[in-house]
Amino acid sequence: MEPTISFFSGFQLSDLWYLAEAAWRTLLISACAIAIGTTLGAVFGWMLYEGKLAATLTLNPILDVFRSVPLIIQLVLFYNFAPIIGLNLDPFMSGVVILSIYCASLVANVARGGMEAVGKPMRRAARSLGMSYWQDLRHVVLPIGGRAVFPSWVGVALGVMKDSALVSVLGYIELLKASQILVTRTQEPLLILTIAGAFYFALSYPISRYAAALEQRWST
Amino acid sequence: MIEIRGLEKFFGNLQVLKGVDLDVRKGEVLSIIGASGSGKSTLLYCINGLEPIQKGSIKVDGTDVHAKSTNINHLRQKMGMVFQQWNSFPHLTALENVALAPKIVKGMSKAQARDIAAKQLEHVGLGDKLDAYPSALSGGQQQRLAIARALAMEPTYMLFDEATSALDPELVGEVLDAMRLLAQEGMTMICVTHEMGFARDVSDRVAFVHEGIIEEIDTPTEIFGAPKSDLLKKFLSNIR
Repeated sequence: MEPTISFFSGFQLSDLWYLAEAAWRTLLISACAIAIGTTLGAVFGWMLYEGKLAATLTLNPILDVFRSVPLIIQLVLFYNFAPIIGLNLDPFMSGVVILSIYCASLVANVARGGMEAVGKPMRRAARSLGMSYWQDLRHVVLPIGGRAVFPSWVGVALGVMKDSALVSVLGYIELLKASQILVTRTQEPLLILTIAGAFYFALSYPISRYAAALEQRWST
Repeated sequence: MIEIRGLEKFFGNLQVLKGVDLDVRKGEVLSIIGASGSGKSTLLYCINGLEPIQKGSIKVDGTDVHAKSTNINHLRQKMGMVFQQWNSFPHLTALENVALAPKIVKGMSKAQARDIAAKQLEHVGLGDKLDAYPSALSGGQQQRLAIARALAMEPTYMLFDEATSALDPELVGEVLDAMRLLAQEGMTMICVTHEMGFARDVSDRVAFVHEGIIEEIDTPTEIFGAPKSDLLKKFLSNIR
């Protein structure tokens, strides 16, 4: 009797390493997107705060689109249509671009809120000491407003990390994609998805603990 | 010397200053009194260039505050300002609050800025609070912190905008004492105030502002002892 060729094989220890590598890629793409998105979002937030009408009329509708269209649709559209305008990006880069813009559109409102949290009297006091507009922004508005909206920003950042799972539709092998591959092979969805979930938790939990510790320190 | 000529200021269609002429000599302490909404605080903001003006001119030591060519950040270093709300920077200790501007605006070394900050805090009686955060200070202490913060830039002029109005009554005294001390040391001061006792005892001159013009300006003895205009008489009778 010839042995039957099986496409399926059970969960092995090496699969854990495979998932860990994928978790690293999740962390990588999230870190890139959050870093770029936060920087862009801070600039957008500043434009919304300072530009008032002009920015509200132009920038806000654009950000609204990125905020409201489901991320998965943005990813598929961008990945498939960017080559038409000559942008041949691999799944990782496409993911970074879209996640960054998505993150920026969320951070923009957070950043504007932070600037609004620093009242005009405070800023006048800073300016009355001879600080320039930019010195006031850097040394007064950023630390005070930043702390005010830090919890919201952490929420956005953790959200972006979880949403990075959607980049799997482009074939980027991050945590979720890796789990799907393993599920297909092992036919053990419960086990694999539990492990994947644990990895996501292991990535977010230290961040949210660290954030909480920072808030605690600032509040004293 | 601060020279104000024909100053007019509008908020939209509302005219709050209707042609103010005023000279403040070096070493002089000038108190500005008047009802709320008379434009006295706005006058201070205009002197410090925090509010644009529509007509007239303000010169500080010969430099036009509102000229486009004026480096306002540089000019403001000559004018310390203390506000009704003390606006301490909540993320910095008392010492860091005071040291910040000397460090980033004047480019002092960290050690130099801290020395000046410690000295100024000592001066306003907060020598034991150097490492306290503003949240741990009372309103009166925070207002003295604001005075120290302004003094650390070593200004020629100090502008006080109702520095005691937002304080609990029992905390007013310590702030007024700090202001008195400054006046005794010869600082040039313009104080918008509702504290008539302070205006009478400390000022060289008192200006009574009514609806955007200086209605009467004279020595405290004349202003409080022999007011000439009916408006001033009415104002004084109302607050007594």
